[in-house]
Amino acid sequence: MISVVQTVPDVALAATEEVNWLIWGLLKTGQVLLFVISLALLVAALVLADRKIWAAVQMRRGPNVVGAFGLLQTMADALKFFFKEIVIPAGSDKFLFILAPILGLVMAFAAWAVIPVAPGWVISDINIGVLYVLALSSLGVYGIIIGGWASNSKYPFMGALRSAAQMVSYEVSIGFIILTVIFLSGSMNLTTIVDAQGAGIWNWNMFRLNPVGEYGLWNLLLFPVMFYMGVLFFISALAETNRPPFDLPEAESELVAGYQVEYSSTPFLMFFFAEYVNIMLLSAMMTILFLGGWHAPIDIGIQFIPPFFWFFFKTAFLFFMFAMVKAIVPRYRYDQLMRLGWKVFLPTALVAVALVSTFVVAANNFGWNA
Amino acid sequence: MLIAITFYLMAFTAIASAFMVVASRNPVHSVLFLILTFFSAAGLFILMGAEFIALLLVMVYVGAVAVLFLFVVMMLDVDFVELKQGFLTYIGPGMLVAGILLAEMILVGAAYFAGETKTVVPTDPNTSNLEAFGDVLYTQYAGAFEAAGLVLLVALVGAVVLTLRERKGVRTQDAVKQMSRTREEGVELVDIDPGQGLG
Repeated sequence: MISVVQTVPDVALAATEEVNWLIWGLLKTGQVLLFVISLALLVAALVLADRKIWAAVQMRRGPNVVGAFGLLQTMADALKFFFKEIVIPAGSDKFLFILAPILGLVMAFAAWAVIPVAPGWVISDINIGVLYVLALSSLGVYGIIIGGWASNSKYPFMGALRSAAQMVSYEVSIGFIILTVIFLSGSMNLTTIVDAQGAGIWNWNMFRLNPVGEYGLWNLLLFPVMFYMGVLFFISALAETNRPPFDLPEAESELVAGYQVEYSSTPFLMFFFAEYVNIMLLSAMMTILFLGGWHAPIDIGIQFIPPFFWFFFKTAFLFFMFAMVKAIVPRYRYDQLMRLGWKVFLPTALVAVALVSTFVVAANNFGWNA
Repeated sequence: MLIAITFYLMAFTAIASAFMVVASRNPVHSVLFLILTFFSAAGLFILMGAEFIALLLVMVYVGAVAVLFLFVVMMLDVDFVELKQGFLTYIGPGMLVAGILLAEMILVGAAYFAGETKTVVPTDPNTSNLEAFGDVLYTQYAGAFEAAGLVLLVALVGAVVLTLRERKGVRTQDAVKQMSRTREEGVELVDIDPGQGLG
């Protein structure tokens, strides 16, 4: 009947060849389960890493009681949350109150469907993967807004309002920053974006220093712009995931815990989980867009190291940066946050979009891309 | 089979939630149903192979417009009794608008079944959505596209003009001024003798 759905060849295949339907379904379910379970285990590790790094910066020991070096601390915390009572405040919107954390968690996991973690290791390799990630991350805001409103309480509501404004603002500049990368790769497919960068740190989008590469010496013109865009992306990612120094939706000195105030037990755990899955998503996106995805930093002698390792290593490194920023930088005030987003990042990203698009057109017309 | 099931699911959800936008008592629920309607419409677009439009719909309408909508509606102090009282006064204009919309839809449907419309997917199936869009948007429809951009720019400037107020005597923070302060102009060391005071 309806033809197309060409972006998801697997779906088209399954629809045309009815026999393969079941096998395809089982295969994809397996892949999704693999992603979700490994992400869940990683979150457990990352929460601990976050706390350990934070503790190390403040010259504390951090969690060190449960398990060796406190390795089982996150598991113990999660278990405790599971067995707590779910408190639903009187006067709250009960359905939405429960729906909100589920929505947040589902959106956080769903965005991982298009993230390629190694050559071919992706659930769905769609042509507009970048747009898909942007769309789903903008849907993630709803978990927070609905949660804040449904609680029927003032602190959660203030937190929800702040968060809505903050995430919408920084999404705009993230969109423009990603646009520069799309111009250089000529595609919105995340796998193509990674392949356009290649092995060697000087080929990555953030460090375009290869004098014999795609654009020859002209590449060096791109370097300052793209390096700056990489830095902007990282800072916007902090704001987008409500991480310190932009954790205003849950600023404890002003709003107790923001949109999470009324949440307890498993729903709280889901919010917490969604936050860390989102942090990993943004780290992975930065790895793909600016740090060459699964490509090695030097292209000789270390081919025996599997590509997935490099992807994992870079993502983990970016998470380490997230944790260090949390430990070092004090919280922004709300008006400062808005000023930074709209008056600094957005104009800069717009100028960069103009510069990079001009560069690409000029390169194509004057034959710089020898 | 799979596509048919998905189509009916999406279409039914879209219609049911569009009905609930009007029918639900709570304005916030109305907006949330509106979001569900947008979302189902995006699903239908994907089934038609227009995944680019689908994701744009999700990004722009669900991700930005509806968020601001929800933002405003949540902050309204809604009096439900008052809402009900207004119902009868608005029923006349409401019926008029509904009638016009119905007539338009009947006309479009009639034109479609008379075979007078173009096919929806006229492009080469090997090009991606994005390329197909770019090909016509910046050549054939460049004028209309630029005009749309101009209209949006006017709206943007209009919004700024309407909301920007210059208020006297408000102490706002100037980031450049703050950061260009030096130790010399910021700190003054005053050595006060015991029992003397600043005098």
